[in-house]
Amino acid sequence: MAAPRVDAMADTLIAECRAAPPGGFRLDAALTLPLDLAPVTVLFGPSGAGKSSLLRLLAGLERPDAGRIVFRDRTWCDTARGVWLEPQQRRAGFVFQQYALFPHLTVERNVAFAAKGQATARMMERFGLTGLAERMPRAISGGEQQRVALARALAAEPDLLLLDEPLSALDAAARTRTRRELRGLLAGAGVPSIVVTHDRTEAIALADWMAVMVEGRILQTGPVREVFARPATAQVAEAVGVENILPAEIVSRAAGLLRLRVGSAAFECLDGGESGPVLASIRAEDVALTRDVASASTQRNRLAGVVRAISIEGPLARVEMDCGFPMVALVTAQSATDLNLLPGESLAAVVKTTSVHLIAAG
Amino acid sequence: MDWQAIGLSLRLALATTLVLQVVGMPLAWWVALSRRRWKFLVEAVVALPLVLPPTVLGFYVLIAIGPRSPVGALYARLTGGMLPFSFGGLLVASVLYSMPFTVQPMVAAFGGVDRKLLEASWCLGVSRAGTFRRVVIPLARSGLATAAILSFAHTVGEFGVVLMVGGNIDGVTRTVSISIYDQTQSLDYAGAWHTSLLLVGFSFVVLALTYSWQRRAWMLWPTH
Repeated sequence: MAAPRVDAMADTLIAECRAAPPGGFRLDAALTLPLDLAPVTVLFGPSGAGKSSLLRLLAGLERPDAGRIVFRDRTWCDTARGVWLEPQQRRAGFVFQQYALFPHLTVERNVAFAAKGQATARMMERFGLTGLAERMPRAISGGEQQRVALARALAAEPDLLLLDEPLSALDAAARTRTRRELRGLLAGAGVPSIVVTHDRTEAIALADWMAVMVEGRILQTGPVREVFARPATAQVAEAVGVENILPAEIVSRAAGLLRLRVGSAAFECLDGGESGPVLASIRAEDVALTRDVASASTQRNRLAGVVRAISIEGPLARVEMDCGFPMVALVTAQSATDLNLLPGESLAAVVKTTSVHLIAAG
Repeated sequence: MDWQAIGLSLRLALATTLVLQVVGMPLAWWVALSRRRWKFLVEAVVALPLVLPPTVLGFYVLIAIGPRSPVGALYARLTGGMLPFSFGGLLVASVLYSMPFTVQPMVAAFGGVDRKLLEASWCLGVSRAGTFRRVVIPLARSGLATAAILSFAHTVGEFGVVLMVGGNIDGVTRTVSISIYDQTQSLDYAGAWHTSLLLVGFSFVVLALTYSWQRRAWMLWPTH
């Protein structure tokens, strides 16, 4: 995987901002995005992490207490040098959570509000809005409103597109449908976009690149799958929803594999060059369950434990175990039934060697 | 009926309304958007005419625009005339007296415009002035109409301020309300009766129209 480039002259967005948004975490975010590698970046994190505040700082709708924002070769903001560009000068299109369509204008006049040249007709066509041209915003569906908001932003020919939780105003059914559609629209928009979301599924479905934000800080940036597969810190792992983060100790290394001690169990994983105290992160869906408890103490990557609780979540069952430390497994409801799981029973958890990822503890 | 007085009242009310639309709009916009701590002081000053006796306001306006004041002296040097007991003086007093009737409905209307819409417009590259013209004014237009109607009606009905500042000069500063007072004093009850009835009818029609237009016409400061 390509490492994020930190070359100021390249096609990048650099934002280093400190701010104290009302009612949120102190924002102290450093973000570098390689715009050429990543058409769509997701700014991901739990609610209240400061994602929307950072997006508003990028748009110029809020001023940082200190910091700078450099987009390609243009400085948008630099408090040290007293540089400040108004939102109008940044050419960053903004799609609001509730879309903020002008209620007194028709769909077509919304799109045409700041359109350049023939862009209105082109965008109406591309976003399938031609049939809705004369309708008022309140008379169209949420998904249609979202398309109008996107078309309006793109018709002004921005250099960057910022979207604040673009799917959260939709109902569940429309969200799933629109998610797929939105990915295509953003990827084909011709300008890089940054999408704020707290939803894992949305992040995976929409983005090429991902920046994880927790408590006002950017903790990890990289290709989406890499961030999910290899969270850099325990906080990132928790934010991206890896359920099991276990303290581990490196016992030995040989032939590209590491031997670990996790509690009283022996684990094996791929050697990524880690050393010192580590955390083993294992996603709950990568944990299999078996009744073959006897061999658990001798075989690798097996943990003997006791079932504490079982909860059914749709087609899946979430099994919470006590293996000397809490361990969560996500199995199909069917296999939970087949195993006849009951709280208090002894069971073994099995994890593939390639599903154990190490995070430097500290 | 004193048609000259009625005509003068209508002219004064029209001029006052126009001046207030121009002066009141930026003031109301500032009050609606400002997050300054001392904003309440400006709000209180604008609302003062609602509670002050018209004679108090009239007295201070008379002093402030008199020939010995800087304002009055400047006016005299520029125009050669005097503000007290003239149409110009009446206009100044009326603008101050009807200020809350313009500013308060405007603040309510501006406050009702979602800030996200302004931000959306700015992010589309439209200037602040352009956004005000293309987004704020269209969305606040019923509030602006209310402001105009109330200011007009309130100016037609004013008495104390006009008497203090304008005196009672036939054809120059004798407005319809003063004319009714004169008619009553000279025991011309029939004339007073007719003119009063005209004012009652006029006021009722204006208010009925306003309420049918916008239910919250008399809403006070929305930020409180």
